Amino acid sequence: MKKILSSTPLIMLIFSVVVLSAPIWLAPLGANYPDLLQKFAIFGIFAVGYNILFGLTGYLSFGHATFLGIGSYTAVWSFKLLTMNILPAIILAMIVSGVFALVIGFLSLRRSGIYFSILTLAFAQMAYSLAYSVLTPITNGETGLQLTQQDPRYLDAIAGIPVKDGLPSTNLFGTLIKSMDGYFGFYVAAVVLIVAFYISLKIFRSPFGMKLRAIKSNQTRMKYTGFNTRPYLLTAFVISGMYAGLAGGLLASIDPLAGAERMQWTASGEVVLMTILGGVGTLIGPLLGATIIKYFENIFSALNSNELHKIFDFLPEGMENFMVTVVGPFVGEGWHLTLGLVFMIVVIFLPGGIMQGISHLFGFIKRIFGMGDKPAPVDDTVNNDSVSKGGAS
Amino acid sequence: MSNDKTPTLDRRGFLKASVATSMAATAPMFFMKDAFAKGEAFRNSPKADAKTITLGFNVPQTGAYADEGADELRAFKLAVKHLNGEGDGGMMNTFKPSALKGNGVLGKKVEFVTGDTQTKSDAARASAKRMIEKDGVLMISGGSSSGVAIAVQGLCQEMGTIFMAGLTHSNDTTGKDKRRYGFRHFFNAKMTGSALGPVLKEEMGTERKTYHLTSDYTWGWTQEESIKETTEGLGWKTVKTVKTPVGAGDFSQYITPILNSGADTLILNHYGKDMINSLTQSVQFGLRDKQVNGKNFEIIVPLYSRLMAQGAGKNLQGILGTTNWNWALTDDGSKAFVKSFGKEYGNPPSQAAHTCYVQTLLYANACEVAGTFYPPEVIKALEGFKFDGMGNGKTEYRAEDHQCFKDVLVVRGNDKPTSQFDLLKIVKEVPRSAVEYEAKVFGGDLGPYKV
Repeated sequence: MKKILSSTPLIMLIFSVVVLSAPIWLAPLGANYPDLLQKFAIFGIFAVGYNILFGLTGYLSFGHATFLGIGSYTAVWSFKLLTMNILPAIILAMIVSGVFALVIGFLSLRRSGIYFSILTLAFAQMAYSLAYSVLTPITNGETGLQLTQQDPRYLDAIAGIPVKDGLPSTNLFGTLIKSMDGYFGFYVAAVVLIVAFYISLKIFRSPFGMKLRAIKSNQTRMKYTGFNTRPYLLTAFVISGMYAGLAGGLLASIDPLAGAERMQWTASGEVVLMTILGGVGTLIGPLLGATIIKYFENIFSALNSNELHKIFDFLPEGMENFMVTVVGPFVGEGWHLTLGLVFMIVVIFLPGGIMQGISHLFGFIKRIFGMGDKPAPVDDTVNNDSVSKGGAS
Repeated sequence: MSNDKTPTLDRRGFLKASVATSMAATAPMFFMKDAFAKGEAFRNSPKADAKTITLGFNVPQTGAYADEGADELRAFKLAVKHLNGEGDGGMMNTFKPSALKGNGVLGKKVEFVTGDTQTKSDAARASAKRMIEKDGVLMISGGSSSGVAIAVQGLCQEMGTIFMAGLTHSNDTTGKDKRRYGFRHFFNAKMTGSALGPVLKEEMGTERKTYHLTSDYTWGWTQEESIKETTEGLGWKTVKTVKTPVGAGDFSQYITPILNSGADTLILNHYGKDMINSLTQSVQFGLRDKQVNGKNFEIIVPLYSRLMAQGAGKNLQGILGTTNWNWALTDDGSKAFVKSFGKEYGNPPSQAAHTCYVQTLLYANACEVAGTFYPPEVIKALEGFKFDGMGNGKTEYRAEDHQCFKDVLVVRGNDKPTSQFDLLKIVKEVPRSAVEYEAKVFGGDLGPYKV
């Protein structure tokens, strides 16, 4: 039973079905519109990549949004200078952010623990300030980098793609997918997410992943057995940086605009929250965390008292007004408050994140049916099982 | 856990699985219609039997411009009320030529959704996309930051949804970043410069040395440029221009160097809470009590609003600037609007509120005139539209760049306020002819009607 559940093809099959059918099963939650679906997929990629570093090695990077931002800027420049095709943009985004990750990782990984976190934070703030003011010619500062009609787009010009009235839209080989708008954008991001998830799964289950986990559990012992840990750490850092660059490139592909706020420390903090909320070191947890945070940000923040009145319509007048008054501060501008509460509850009662809650739940169900005799312990073996469970729930 | 225990997926199996699932999942895509599929079917086109239409109001509810955003939202709600025939009608009674009937727009009641731009381009675009894709809005309005307005305007062009810009003062909004689907009623930095120039000359002469503190984004850049152009035209010298980040909070590190720079005039290209903070700190540093080059040190705040005046308090007294509209104007339109707004919320509207209210009415009117919500027709109804009775005298939506042309007010912080709202004194109403400029000076391209 367990063996079947943790087999890669089955996990990938269930995962793909769940991701690709998101427009259907997210409909009752009011979250099935393209922009939010795209965000789910893209920030899912970001969080999955971040988890390779933080989840496996335990190195808490506080500056991963830098690579997201670099990816976005690279992609937009690729649209401006080369072509509106998203493929070169995404590949360049990954390469450039990978190079930056190599440099930042090489310097930051000389320290561990809190010092590593602070170093990455310092680099992130530097990158943010550079993008925000110093490098304005490259980044267009606070206004953000945007496409214009006059951009050269050399490759498109060579290929003889006619310049139309108005801005051209990002595409995949012109004819294959004409515009990254709407659901097309989501499906492109979703397919990339599935591939990214597959790679992450492979890393988790490879000897390389094992070594990363060994670094997390006891780096000193690892060193005594003759391993030089730093190359492994640096590889993990660069891989997760490239994931972030990929996410940034995709963001820019779907909406060709890059702003410095994408690199702010709050954005770096967000991916940490996503990972912890979902479950550090689990495969599917960061994805869940990303989805929940983006859902709060987009849906809860848009609720106003009018809509609350509609929601509580079924209650008698007095009760309805009471409920609206009570719930009001937690939605709209107050969505951060709700997110904070959820985060506190998760961290206090479920330190393993939502994935821990899910595995508890399954342990409970198993006990009821007499299939197991004790709740499943939270470790990575179990969490690999939970991939399918989490996906199906 | 190790690799050999788990059966691995070969490439072929993975491909098969992916293809099968993606085919299953693309099914819902065929039920979605594109922007303009055929004829007059357009994005979010309301069904013939729909009783309501939805508008999207995207304003900053957090950040340095939150006060303006809150007032804009009040104005939007009031405009929706008036369009639906509730309340006293406000400027609907003075607006002419008006096709508005007070029964919604084209017989459909107006509903609205709101969003928080957070004064960030990314967040504003996400919020606008949610409105277009999820809530099915026909028009988006709002702003209070030119960076955001330009970002959202670009998005609206791509999505084929009309954007009626709220408070945005950068030349770029209707200059190099202008879009066919974007319209601006508010004035811009270029007009501020033209209006302010003669007054500055009269009051401060032709020999001044200026120091600029500028918000580091499109609005600050273009305002600095326009003001520099004006003051240097008067013969003033520019000592230095310094860019400051938006929402900096503490400006003391930028103000100290001014004291020894030899400049005798400080120009604050700041807005919202930034302006309140930088002005308050400049006064605390004693800039206004200083004598430089034998002249009194002066501060100029080119773009002013009553909300900022409320925040800056006494520090603003006597300081010159310009504004799009002020509640103390005595024409019929302004009076009707102030009365109706005051009755609803207990305080007079700000210029941000005024421009947002007017924009909503103008959009609704254009739909009535066009007889349809089909954006290209609505755009054509707005382009070149001349109207009156909206508080700024005779106004025209110039077709070439979608910029409204109307009179500009030069104001001064009132040193003897008679009430807590009586904070700005109108120095001069600069006629439209004095602030007009050629549409082509900024370049840019409107783009197509159909997207």
